[in-house]
Amino acid sequence: MSTPRIKLHDMCLRDGMHPKRHQISLEQMASIACGLDDAGVPLIEVTHGDGLGGASINYGFPSHSDEDYLRHVVPLLKQAKVSVLLIPGIGTVEDLKIAADCGIHTVRVATLCTEADVSEQHIKAGRDMGLDTVGFLMMAHMIDADQLAAQGLLMESYGAQTIYCTDSAGYMLPADVTARISALRKVLKPETEIGFHGHHNLSLGVTNSLAAVEAGATRIDGSAAGLGAGAGNTPLEVFVAVAQRMGLETGVDLYKIMDVAEERVLPIMDQQIRVDRDSLLIGYTGVYSTFLLFAQRAAARYGVSSRDILAEMGRLRTVGGQEDLIEQVALELQAKGAARV
Amino acid sequence: MKKINCALIGSGNIGTDLMVKALRSEWLNPVWMIGVDPESDGLARARAAGLKTTSEGLDAALPHFAADEIGIAFDATSAYVHAENARKVRAAGVFMIDLTPAAIGPFCVPPVNLEAHMARQEANVNMVSCGGQATIPIVYAVSRVQPVKYAEIIATVASKSAGPGTRKNIDEFTRTTARGIEQVGGATKGKAIIILNPAEPPLIMRDTVHCLTETTPDEAAIRDSILAMIAEVQRYVPGYALKQGPVFEGNRVSTFLEVAGLGDYLPKYAGNLDIMTAAALRTGEMFAQRAGDGGLKLSAGEAA
Repeated sequence: MSTPRIKLHDMCLRDGMHPKRHQISLEQMASIACGLDDAGVPLIEVTHGDGLGGASINYGFPSHSDEDYLRHVVPLLKQAKVSVLLIPGIGTVEDLKIAADCGIHTVRVATLCTEADVSEQHIKAGRDMGLDTVGFLMMAHMIDADQLAAQGLLMESYGAQTIYCTDSAGYMLPADVTARISALRKVLKPETEIGFHGHHNLSLGVTNSLAAVEAGATRIDGSAAGLGAGAGNTPLEVFVAVAQRMGLETGVDLYKIMDVAEERVLPIMDQQIRVDRDSLLIGYTGVYSTFLLFAQRAAARYGVSSRDILAEMGRLRTVGGQEDLIEQVALELQAKGAARV
Repeated sequence: MKKINCALIGSGNIGTDLMVKALRSEWLNPVWMIGVDPESDGLARARAAGLKTTSEGLDAALPHFAADEIGIAFDATSAYVHAENARKVRAAGVFMIDLTPAAIGPFCVPPVNLEAHMARQEANVNMVSCGGQATIPIVYAVSRVQPVKYAEIIATVASKSAGPGTRKNIDEFTRTTARGIEQVGGATKGKAIIILNPAEPPLIMRDTVHCLTETTPDEAAIRDSILAMIAEVQRYVPGYALKQGPVFEGNRVSTFLEVAGLGDYLPKYAGNLDIMTAAALRTGEMFAQRAGDGGLKLSAGEAA
């Protein structure tokens, strides 16, 4: 039996947009993308953190439009391909047409893990445009393995060629990953690939990605230096080193990806991406990782605790995209605090 | 006061909820419920309530419209079917209130532009979208005080309240609502975002409305305008409530709303669906009232 080849997918320039408040310059983007390309990373995601059409008051206005980023980055790459994220309800097929015109290779259509049926329109459009089309099931810890497999089957039936189990909250334990990837592998067509997207809130990004590979995943997301929401994504250079020790083929040059992380990604960080008490709480309670900075900003503005905000967001069983509720929760906590005094 | 007879096209959740509301109306008298599925719960309820029903679509009922003096038709079918329904109903000289996303007629958000539509004697008005009905009044409440260069709304609805039609074409919601924010709300540029949340028990519809004003916002005037507008909407949607705000930060004006339904046929949490049926009913009642005053001609009587 030959060792499986793992296709690595870098998130610095999409998930990494969250901790950068979507303020990455064209030069920084070009530098990181070219570094990843030279290191042999086959696929790089370039989009607003919340995907195409994410530019908004709710999620933040970026330094440049998705179209500007894509037109700048795509022509620079020698071997790497570029993907975009598209969350139905935020972005539209019209946005995807523009991205396709910029020369992208892959579209990842993302829905909450229970709502796969809103992706039909966008997955079909992706296939019609000849794109490598991925169904991306977010907050996958919220439902059990069989329910996730059923949602994956829906996306496959619309035409998705790869199905992702996405641990948006960085909440899953390795056994949770094993169960979900195995359930997907059992029901999906043999030619349908399976992917795993981790967050490092419980420091399990690498461990969970390995569990995913063992259960049959062939695409793994990570980001150089871990630049991503919450405590970041699976640190890509660490995963490459571990994969190399285990004899898993990734095609990525370890020294080069280490250098990208150290010399190109680390210097652009506005704050250290680490497991601080807020991101730890996110991982511990299963809250959407992207809420981190929004909760910290609202906490500072309204004089309340960011952990209280995040805990309340968890109690309200919020899902990705509900950033607008954070300010409301902060105002309510402030009113309660004032009432106590 | 003679009530205006009306026909409800579509016997699904929306059409049935609308019927329950119309049966209480002082101005409207629901006469026909038109469906395509003989087994539908909506048609059974309509029969029980004494309405005339058919499961063979609009064509089966249309020949009776003149004799039954139908003045208003509500279409709660789908955008695809509406185009054909609109043509036939117009030929019969009946005023059409469109709850589908077809948007053949101009957008109607009752507290903002219903008066204007009545003044122009429109033959077909469209109810935009659930998110549009919930948020456009607030955008307008800000833009009538001072120019709004950008308005953005985020509608969060319970997964259970998003039907298959919405799910198959969610882009239609974002596009149509954004257009309504511009055309009716008065923002130079509009954006709409919809989030589905599967929590149990289902959450009540939440809406956030962000406006960016061109100049420093006049906080007192905007607050008064928003509160007055909320009171207007509450006249037909009692569960329309301000949760927080308006919050001012620079030129940003943010308003946080919750919309609970009446729980007529649809569950209370589905305020997103209730606000559509309530707004459509309100539109019908206002037209009926105006027709009763002699200020508006509802039936052209061409089919008679």
